[in-house]
Amino acid sequence: MTDAEQFEAVVVGAGPGGAAAAAVLANNGIETLVLERGVEAGSKNVSGGLIYAEQSAAYTVDDLFPEFREGASERPVTRNHMDNIAGETVHTVDLKGVHEHDTEWCDSVLRRPMDAWLAERVHEMTAETGGGLLTDVRVNGLLWDDGEIVGVTCDELDPIRADLVVAADGVNSELARAAGLMDWDEPDEWFQGVKAVVDVEPDVIDERFGIDEDEGVARLFGGDLFDGVRGGGFLYTNRDSLSIGTVFHLDSLADERAEPHELLDNLLTHPHLGQWLPDEYEEREYSAKLVPDSKKVAHGSPHRDRLLLVGDAAGQMQAQGPIIKGMNHAVNAGGLAAEAYVEAKSRNAPHRAGERYETKLREEGVMDKLRPTRYELSRPLSESGVVTGALDGLARSAVGRFGVRAVGGLTERVFNSPFALGMLPDTHTSYVTVPTILAEELGEPVTSENDADPPTLEERIGELTYDTDVGNPHIELRDNSYEASGVAVTACPVSADGFGGGCYREETVKSNGSEERVVSLDTQPCVECGTCAVVADTTWTHPRGGKGVEYDQG
Amino acid sequence: MHTVVLTKGVPDFREGVVSFDEDGHLERGNTPTTMNPNDEHALRAALQTRVRHGGQVDVMSMGPPGYKDVLREAMESVYADDLYLVSDKQFAAADTWATAITLATAIQHRGEPDLVFAGFKTADGETGHTGPQTCWCLDVPIITHVVALDVDQEEERVRAKRLVEGDVSEIETVEAPMPAFIVADPEFEPSYRTARDRLERKRLRADARDRAETAEEHVTMWDHSELNLDPDYVGLDGSPTIVSSVDPIPKAPSEREATVVDPDDADGMSAVVDELAPFAGGD
Ligand SMILES: Cc1cc2nc3c(=O)[nH]c(=O)nc-3n(C[C@H](O)[C@H](O)[C@H](O)COP(=O)(O)OP(=O)(O)OC[C@H]3O[C@@H](n4cnc5c(N)ncnc54)[C@H](O)[C@@H]3O)c2cc1C
Ligand code: SF4
Repeated sequence: MTDAEQFEAVVVGAGPGGAAAAAVLANNGIETLVLERGVEAGSKNVSGGLIYAEQSAAYTVDDLFPEFREGASERPVTRNHMDNIAGETVHTVDLKGVHEHDTEWCDSVLRRPMDAWLAERVHEMTAETGGGLLTDVRVNGLLWDDGEIVGVTCDELDPIRADLVVAADGVNSELARAAGLMDWDEPDEWFQGVKAVVDVEPDVIDERFGIDEDEGVARLFGGDLFDGVRGGGFLYTNRDSLSIGTVFHLDSLADERAEPHELLDNLLTHPHLGQWLPDEYEEREYSAKLVPDSKKVAHGSPHRDRLLLVGDAAGQMQAQGPIIKGMNHAVNAGGLAAEAYVEAKSRNAPHRAGERYETKLREEGVMDKLRPTRYELSRPLSESGVVTGALDGLARSAVGRFGVRAVGGLTERVFNSPFALGMLPDTHTSYVTVPTILAEELGEPVTSENDADPPTLEERIGELTYDTDVGNPHIELRDNSYEASGVAVTACPVSADGFGGGCYREETVKSNGSEERVVSLDTQPCVECGTCAVVADTTWTHPRGGKGVEYDQG
Repeated sequence: MHTVVLTKGVPDFREGVVSFDEDGHLERGNTPTTMNPNDEHALRAALQTRVRHGGQVDVMSMGPPGYKDVLREAMESVYADDLYLVSDKQFAAADTWATAITLATAIQHRGEPDLVFAGFKTADGETGHTGPQTCWCLDVPIITHVVALDVDQEEERVRAKRLVEGDVSEIETVEAPMPAFIVADPEFEPSYRTARDRLERKRLRADARDRAETAEEHVTMWDHSELNLDPDYVGLDGSPTIVSSVDPIPKAPSEREATVVDPDDADGMSAVVDELAPFAGGD
């Protein structure tokens, strides 16, 4: 082995998971280096935007960063409703129960400002112990010694050895893959989120939602407005903007050949949204990203040698029915991973940090939230095609509809039961059929009008800041046949069928009298969501540090 | 490690407002000043040395009081500590030789550093003499056309890669004992390949950001009497160089005569194409 530079701990990624791990390490006097590939922390990140502080969590973001809510949040979110939509009727359920269950507080956030704020504190804290936070550095692999992970390698720096490597590098974790702890294979293990940040004056928000400046609103949307694709929409109030987006099961998006940006437009232009949108629709940013489905991929043993995975890198993203919780779990896991190392070190066995971390995830009840046993038990039945078909049919039948009407009051209780939501099958029935029937049977007609005119895909891409990686592309198409990679054309949030300006394009190649349908790739407008890594046959990595897309909002 | 970087303000040619007096001397008062572009390479080399080996970087210039702005610019770009301005009417219109004597005296007055950095020629004089002549006065070894360098603090030696005859394909490695004089080549590329270097650079940047706001307070000014320099040996009187004539500087592109053609005007556009056509074939 070469005499690589040495830090006690290296944390890869400065999202909430990395920030929390670094803070706990630094608080315990551990020399910690944090590496982030974006030009600034947050410049690569997207979330819908509600961060929860759970009462049962060992670590919340304001435990570790006491000024967080004043410094990095947009608004406290005090109300949460689910709008089930069928055509132009809507049935609204108050999600108060589930929103407030186990919740200390919940705030809306935008990731660029939030992560950049966290990064500044993290740098100060880690610098105290001889480390610090560096942006513009992409970790491109693991450093191995005799088959054991001993550090990381980077594009921009010489290799670094460490006693602890925390992979907090998010959903497209290259480190988790390099360690053999995660693969890309199954579309049904992922959600894809697409989001627009819409400019609105603060007083217009207050007026349209009937709130004060220190209040905020969350609205979730389900039903028939997404062309039958499994998933839903959301709208959250920020200080002077709205975050509006959609989250769909990736397998469903791929199967339906749906265009994510069009489904987002279905939501943005639905009359029901008219009551909240400003008179002049102005989009600040269009963004997209994958989200792991913890029910399927949360790793029960997210470590190997000195490498510990936290947050999305470990698949710890919980979809609690329509409510999405990822940032809080990343913070909690980051704290627990750091704590595990500190304890293991104090017992003179730093190499046992991984085992301790695994135990903590289990004993703190984190694993049961992420992969509820009741879901595991009910899944074979509830997600089988035959049963889904039967349930769907039943729900649509006169009997089913009668049932919905009869138990109307019960729906509120189901939506507000974390227990029931934990069992929710990932099927058409729960995402599309039941919400649609609820609206049809119990809904009221939509009264507002909506004349929002969202930008075209081309305009949306044109607005993004992009530092090109031409000559060193971060994605390579391994198989360009339409059969292997064609889905990417529709599923890629910045590409579309019949659109030449995105990343993926369909082309017909004629040679010697025969015709072949192939897929071409140009990575220029790539927002690094990772979708094509799952649905197409590619070699996928992140762009080098600072290259690629740079979000302002996130 | 103690380093001094020599930097100079030069007329900002981009503005196209350079003026000369009757004798062909530059009228600095009427010309905006900016940092000599080649000095930035010297500044970067000094910053790299400081990041890797600690110590302090001071920046020195000789010129009118207005050069303080150039020094502040240097403070922001290399996070310099102390700024020195050698300024006196007696130093006016100095040639490279008189400048070298003045600067060398100032460097010695400050206390001789481990390394002195200078850029490769100025954008106004273009002689490339001041650095080497200052070095000659200081009587220390010089390494010119430096594209990479490293310091062995224990051995008190500096090792540098330099271009041979300005050709990037031919690079030689040389070593000199310190104190030494380094002339950075425009091809100089600083390298920060370790996390510690990058963290140190980040720390220095944060410190300098605060300091630059009060840059004036960090400037030490010296005149000929403080440096104990005989007016006969500095400034115009001490300059053996005689300017025989001055060629006019071409107008800045924005001032050249131009014909504006509307791209929608078909006749106008075809006239442009006709004019360009002869060049298209490589004639
Ligand atoms: C549309 C959408 C809506 C969502 N809504 C919510 C919500 O409302 N509430 C919620 O809690 N969660 C939500 N999430 C999920 C949430 O964003 C994630 O779970 C959370 O961000 C995970 O945090 P993390 O720290 O694990 O990873 P990330 O926040 O993804 O951070 C990873 C960091 O690592 C960096 N990085 C990656 N690779 C490298 C490398 N090789 N070298 C250096 N740095 C690297 C990245 O640039 C990034 O800064 C949503 C996600 C999406 C996409
Ligand atoms: S090219 Fe792939 S990673 Fe990039 S935006 Fe499209 S689907 Fe996402």
